[in-house]
Amino acid sequence: MSQREKILEIRDLNISFKTGNKNVKAIRGVNLDLYKGETIAIVGESGSGKSVTTKAIMGILAKNGSIDSGSINYTWHDEKTGEKITKDIVKMSEKEIQTEIRGRKIAMVFQDPMTSLNPTMTIGKQIMEPMMYHYGTSKEEAFKKAVKLLEEVGITDPEARMKNYPHQLSGGMRQRVVIAIALSCDPYVLICDEPTTALDVTIQAKILELIQDIQKKKGISVIYITHDLGVVAKVADFVNVMYAGKIVEKGLIDEIFYDPRHPYTWGLLSAMPDLDTDDDELYTIPGSPPNLTQEIVGDAFAPRNLYALNIDKRLDPPMFKVEGSNTHEVASWLMHPKAPHVEMPESLKKRINKMKKEGAINA
Amino acid sequence: MHKGDTILEVKDLKQHFRVSRKQTVKAVDGISFEIKAGETYGLVGESGSGKSTTGRSIIRLYQPTQGKIIFEGEDISGKMSNKALKTLRTKMAMIFQDPMACLNPRKKVIDIIAQGLDIHHAYSSIEERNEKVYKMLEMVGLSREHANRYPHQFSGGQRQRIGIARALIMEPDLIIADEAISALDVSIQAQVVNLMKKMQKETGAAYLFIAHDLSMVKYISDRIGVLHLGHMVETGTAEEIFNNPLHPYTKSLLSAIPHPNPKIEKTRKSFTYDYATSGLDYEAGYEHKITDTHSVLATDEEFEQFMANAKKSF
Repeated sequence: MSQREKILEIRDLNISFKTGNKNVKAIRGVNLDLYKGETIAIVGESGSGKSVTTKAIMGILAKNGSIDSGSINYTWHDEKTGEKITKDIVKMSEKEIQTEIRGRKIAMVFQDPMTSLNPTMTIGKQIMEPMMYHYGTSKEEAFKKAVKLLEEVGITDPEARMKNYPHQLSGGMRQRVVIAIALSCDPYVLICDEPTTALDVTIQAKILELIQDIQKKKGISVIYITHDLGVVAKVADFVNVMYAGKIVEKGLIDEIFYDPRHPYTWGLLSAMPDLDTDDDELYTIPGSPPNLTQEIVGDAFAPRNLYALNIDKRLDPPMFKVEGSNTHEVASWLMHPKAPHVEMPESLKKRINKMKKEGAINA
Repeated sequence: MHKGDTILEVKDLKQHFRVSRKQTVKAVDGISFEIKAGETYGLVGESGSGKSTTGRSIIRLYQPTQGKIIFEGEDISGKMSNKALKTLRTKMAMIFQDPMACLNPRKKVIDIIAQGLDIHHAYSSIEERNEKVYKMLEMVGLSREHANRYPHQFSGGQRQRIGIARALIMEPDLIIADEAISALDVSIQAQVVNLMKKMQKETGAAYLFIAHDLSMVKYISDRIGVLHLGHMVETGTAEEIFNNPLHPYTKSLLSAIPHPNPKIEKTRKSFTYDYATSGLDYEAGYEHKITDTHSVLATDEEFEQFMANAKKSF
């Protein structure tokens, strides 16, 4: 941990979309850091802006979207000279991103493997294509590497599989192929956008373990986008909780799961049934996410927050550092030294205590 | 129907699909279970295990290949007259996975929900029909102003509420929920599950809850059946399945559930189970009862082995 090398640094990113005559402010001042070999997770409801953030990193925002301000700095070492280069993706031209970044340095795994693969091409061709495009690899070499990749992602009899079309494979196999394609250019960063939501539980565990193995072997950094806290618990080192286009809480995985501070994080953790839940009713966060076409005054979460203070209605809270930690930050006025002391709900506290106990037995 | 009466009995149901002259897919291959009035029965299994097919055969979207389905004392597995099918549809309803795909985008919500009423002429005046729809909308947590809108004007969770309202309008005795919450966000899943529980309390309908999310299934179900490759490998109450799983497939499913607890999750490796290499034979196995409610599919030797394994782990 002593020499953490920063790969990606997002500062004060603002993104909006034009729809009709309205302007949707999807991302409102996001800061994010990613270090080499580490895994971060972005969690939040649909519409909270987690996918938009990563699409901006890849430079694949929809046509009506625009980056209003902010920077996405990406640092890498030149392949030949070993020289350290830092570039702002926001300022790069589309052509530069296409040749330098997308696919080559940052690769992405999408949610649904059926729609992200080309149904008219054999999977072998699809894995070879990026290598030949980005590095000018010869066909023979690309073929060899593709076979090796298929083996790495756990597909048996890879040489025969090269000739298969996507529809001939099962969902789990297809997702493995997508991962092989993403890895074909040896990227430094892998973005996984809900990689297992379309798969069922048994396969989900295997795919996650596969990504972890590959990450260890190749030392790449991974960004997970998900709303499944079970997945987050399994894979992430760092967690960013997003709400209405803002990161409301971030910290180490243990800090978020055992010492959550933001009422929204409390809600997310409580809403998930675990195997021992037998209450009459599951906890739900009241209300619904805000309409981002309207200017938000104050804290976006305030209308749904049982613990909202008066100031929440007027001023957007800044990031407060949690005492005794330099990784854990929370955007809530409750963290202000002058704020009244608010405890997390009793049921959640009980659950966290139980989780800690179970964890202690296991460790 | 009183609580505790058997409302649905499935006996050795087989549903085969002929793909070509050479190939027949045995989606469901001889499963038996029963559902009692007012209870929730959960069906779990991986994709391709036949859980959706089972649901669709029961509501007669398919013609079952073999076996018996007895619903409220009547056999509904054979050829049915149009009239019989029509009455069946008033007593059984379905909630689908994707709320956007299952609602007609060109119809207003009021007409979508009232379609059942329209088909069965279950009202004497338009006012009565509309009043019924308004009442249903309020029951599922929407308001009567929503009645004249179109499906695309709603969020995912609200659309699923419309789907539930449509299923409930005919006051069915059995509701088949086929992955009804899989397409929704965690926080909205909780809302929809709460709603389904509340509606069950109010209407006394039984649920067949088909899903692959085991923690949700455990929460909502009274009894659970585990399907694999068209066979019911294990069935029992929720506690029996989760605290004392016997079949290796059930164990592998349980081990795959992600726990929202990083300390456990980081070190846990899932337990894999592969039918081809396990040496088990589903065809030869038959139901072994452990308790009145808990049974597992096995041959005699396999059963002894399962029990020995179960003792070891205690």
